[in-house]
Order: sequence, then C-alpha cells, then structure tokens
Amino acid sequence: MTTELPAITKSIDARGMACPGPLMSLIGAIRAGAVGEAFEVLSSDAGSRTDIPAWVAKAKHEMVAVVDEQGYARFVVRKAH
Amino acid sequence: MPARVVVLGGGVGGTLVANLLSKRLGRDATVTVVDGSGMHVYQPGFLYVALGQADALWLARDERTLLRKDVELVVENAARVDPTAQVVQLVRGGTIPYDHLVLATGSRIVREQIPGLVAGAHDFYSLDGALRLREALRTFRGGRVVIGVAGIPYKCPPAPVEFTLMVEELLRHKGLRSRSQVTLLSPLNRAFTVEPASKLVQPIMEKRGIELQTFFNVESVDPDKHTVSSLEGETVEYDLAILVPPHRGAKVLEDSGLVDDGGWVPTDRATLQHTAHERIFALGDATDLPISKSGSTAHFEAPIVASRIASLIKGTAPREAYTGRVMCFLETGNGRATALRFDYAHPPTPPTPSRMWHWAKWAFNRAYWITVPQGRIA
Repeated sequence: MTTELPAITKSIDARGMACPGPLMSLIGAIRAGAVGEAFEVLSSDAGSRTDIPAWVAKAKHEMVAVVDEQGYARFVVRKAH
Repeated sequence: MPARVVVLGGGVGGTLVANLLSKRLGRDATVTVVDGSGMHVYQPGFLYVALGQADALWLARDERTLLRKDVELVVENAARVDPTAQVVQLVRGGTIPYDHLVLATGSRIVREQIPGLVAGAHDFYSLDGALRLREALRTFRGGRVVIGVAGIPYKCPPAPVEFTLMVEELLRHKGLRSRSQVTLLSPLNRAFTVEPASKLVQPIMEKRGIELQTFFNVESVDPDKHTVSSLEGETVEYDLAILVPPHRGAKVLEDSGLVDDGGWVPTDRATLQHTAHERIFALGDATDLPISKSGSTAHFEAPIVASRIASLIKGTAPREAYTGRVMCFLETGNGRATALRFDYAHPPTPPTPSRMWHWAKWAFNRAYWITVPQGRIA
C-alpha cells in the first residue's frame, strides 16, 4: 500500500544534522508557516521517531505520515492551527 | 583583468573568506568587503557581558584592522543585489560589480515578532540587550527566573542552557538562590537538542534544583501579568524572563528576492552555493541550512567557500565540500564546560564537563582576535 502524501510547502533535509536538529527545524518551519500547509522533514536521527510525533501531538498539529526510506525517515506534518 | 569578489558582511564568515581569498589569489582577484558598521563584533561575548563577567569593550574591533591590507573595505550598507546584472547597489548610491558574491550577512533580531517580548523580557542577543540584562540581574532581589526560546532558528543553540546554568550559579553567589526559582523552558522534549549533551546537562540541572519545562516554544509575553505563553498552549509566571528573540536573515537579501520566507539563503549543503545562482555563495547565519547558526559554523564553512571561488577563478575543478563540521563549547557553570564536535556523518559525543574545557573556551575567546579572522585556526 502506498501513502498518498499532500503537497509539501517546505521540505527540510536535516539528515546528519545534529544541532539544532530535525525537530527544532520542523518547529521553526511550522511557526513560520500558514495553517493547513504541510511540511516535510528528512531525518537520519533515531530519536526523531519519538521526538517528532510527541511534539506534533503536544502542539496539536497533524502527523500525516512517517515514511521509511533508505537510512532515514521522512516525516510529514500539517499545521493544524 | 583580475576577478572581482564582493563579500557582504564583515562578521566571522565574511572576514575569513575575504582574507583567505586575498591570500590565495593575490593579483588574480580584487576582494571587497561591504559592511554597514565597519565594526567586527564578537557575539559569543554577549553572554558574559550580561552576567557581569566581561567588559563590553573587548567585544568590538575595527574591521579594517582584521582584514589583509589588499582587501578593500567599504563601510556602507548594501541596498540590493542584482544577480542578473551582477552588481551590489549601495544605500547611498553607487554600485559595486562582482564576478563572485559571498553572502555573509548573518542574522538580525526581530523582537517585535513576538507580542510583549520587547516590554516584558530580556535577552543577551545584542550588546544593548546584554547591558540591560546585566542591570536587571544587578538589581534582582529573587523570584521566578525563566529562560526560554521565542523563535527558531536562533544563534548558538546551546546558549539558553548555558545561560540557565550560569545564572543559577550567579544567584547562588549573590545569596539569592533560596529566594529564587530557575526554570528552563525548552522548545524540545529535553534540555538540549543534542541528546548526549542533554544527558550530561539534565542531571546537573536536577542537582542544582533547576526546573525543566519541555515542549515550550514561546508564543507571547504578557508584561502586565508577568506571564509567558507557549504555542503548545501553556502559560508560566515570571519575575525575570530571559527569552531568545526571533531571528531573520538580512533585509538586503529579502529586498533582493534571494531568500526564503524566513529571510534565509537557499544554500547547497555541500558547495555552499545559492541554489539558484551559481556565482553567489552563502555561509554562516545567512544560509537556510538546518545546522547551528554560530560563528563556528561560519569559521568551518569559510575555507570551503574560499577554495571553491578560487577554483572557479583559476578555472580548475572545485574539490572541497562542506561536511557539516561544527565545534562549540558548552559552559555548565561552576567553572566547567564541555565541547560538541560533529559533522553530517558523525553526531557529537561530548566529554564529561571539566575545568579543562572551560579554560579552552576562555583561551579561545581571548585569542579570537588574532587567530580566527586571519585563518590561523583550521
């Protein structure tokens, strides 16, 4: 089964970037973005698996997809409010 | 005719690129630095000024004294860049043509983007801000101190953690600790973005009775009620709020249509070239790369930019690529510090905080003026 992904407003390639890191970059993009826009972050950091969905849930945005790629994961989040 | 290289910005990155290119190319190129202030400011020192540990005087030097003699310095603000005509227009009229342009314009503080921030909070992200905070700390008689982050990205990711640990130490020395509560409002679910560093820092915070509130990205400040609210929907009260203000890229680049919505230059992570203009390079805070905005990043990017421009001028294939290398110190208070060294392929493994790293940071701060801008530390 393939996941139908929405149009991405901004894609952040945070692979190999420890500081400030994938989640911090995603939060920055969501802060600057408009409601309804979808953002994608590519992360090779294992911690993102828990960090990103945890923040998205806490901040009440929408976790659209987590897609496994070769050596990294692709997280797609929609700004909900 | 020599190639014309123009560098916008006389900070760490701009100064170092200009000096390296001038040294490498000699008569094959003219190198011009355009900087609005003509002063080079050592920004990591703001934190020490705010804590009353350093004098503001050692933080600024005349940019001219840091540049090689054959680098021209134009002390004027750039108004626009025209990438088609390959010229930089100056605010007071006149243009400077270029064959290769380096955007080293750094970031600027936009406190007004967060409601209540100017009236309700302090920061150490400018010299004025650091001096005001120093005065606020001098007259502080105890209460709730909150340290947080009101915008991403921001310069020097470890700074809020460092400041929290150092301000707690200051309150202890002043005999105000028992009357004070110190809270770090972290944007993430731990104290610091780099997990191994968090694992070092969090037990220290716990031991010193510093509270950690996670997933708190400052959205607004109410200066009358003395509260800070987060975009995650929480509110905390404060007597002294120290919040990292939002940052944006330079206005001249926005006015030139060279940047994204945040004002950052779309930059290739390996070549450091503008993704749409091959004759334009960017480094330091100015880029959109999701890596630390810090002097260290600019320091390690500068040789790559210089080497690639030199290759283009000489007609050889550019070989050097940026590997994401960054190194920074993290003060943990009580005269101890640790170090974070990493690149795209190697995450940091910080050593246990020690006096040695604290003194290494101290020595680096002192030696900065005679080493970094000239390219004496690789």
